[in-house]
Amino acid sequence: MVHFTAEEKAAITNVWGKVNVEETGGEALGRLLVVYPWTQRFFDSFGNLSSASAILGNPKIKAHGKKVLTSLGEAVKNLDNLKATFSKLSELHCDKLHVDPENFRLLGNVLVVVLAIHFGKEFTPEVHAAWQKLVTGVASALAHKYH
Amino acid sequence: MCMAPKPWTFLSFPETKTYFAHFDLSSGSRQVQAHGKKLADALTLAVSHLDDLPAALSSLSDLHAHKLKVDPINFKYLSHCLLVTLARHHPGNMNPEVHASLDKFLSYVSNILTSKYR
Repeated sequence: MVHFTAEEKAAITNVWGKVNVEETGGEALGRLLVVYPWTQRFFDSFGNLSSASAILGNPKIKAHGKKVLTSLGEAVKNLDNLKATFSKLSELHCDKLHVDPENFRLLGNVLVVVLAIHFGKEFTPEVHAAWQKLVTGVASALAHKYH
Repeated sequence: MCMAPKPWTFLSFPETKTYFAHFDLSSGSRQVQAHGKKLADALTLAVSHLDDLPAALSSLSDLHAHKLKVDPINFKYLSHCLLVTLARHHPGNMNPEVHASLDKFLSYVSNILTSKYR
């Protein structure tokens, strides 16, 4: 069970309050596909993924990124209960989507880099550590129902 | 390059501190700063030998395999924190292609440094 201190919770919610979910979601998912091209294997039906600019401009990728990051918003609202929050999504990713859980860790790390770009100096080591804990907790919760 | 990634890594991935039990790990530690500079110098060397990295990093590979024996996972943690630090300080330069290139470079360096482990 991941336990967040009051300071960590504050660091997370403070940053989240300033995040543009649509833009950041698209950017994080897009970068995942650019930086780790093998992750494109899940997006065959999404159209043009032939270059970084194609990926980042792809409307289906943007829409899906927004969906994924909106779901992370649920995590932010339920920091004390990540496993329960993602229980159904975990089953979905295992049974229907067949996504290797390593991909959740990769996306989490890409999101952290995107936040660092956007928040700059405000993204202190302590804020980073809190978010690292969150993305690790979410990745773990999403993998929890795998069998 | 200011070597912030080290203390950064210790905060996000506390298990990495196990390799520095003999260090003063308090904030502003001279030892940590000096060690960070060693890392930065090694990466600078790597950058100037992109076409023959295995040869350039050979003695460092030996050191890590035979003496330091740092578990391979830790290279991933440090590489990630390096990227975060660079992103923070140079947001304008961290476009997706640069991000991908840097990640690839750090991953390759990490592989070379652990290549003689067994």
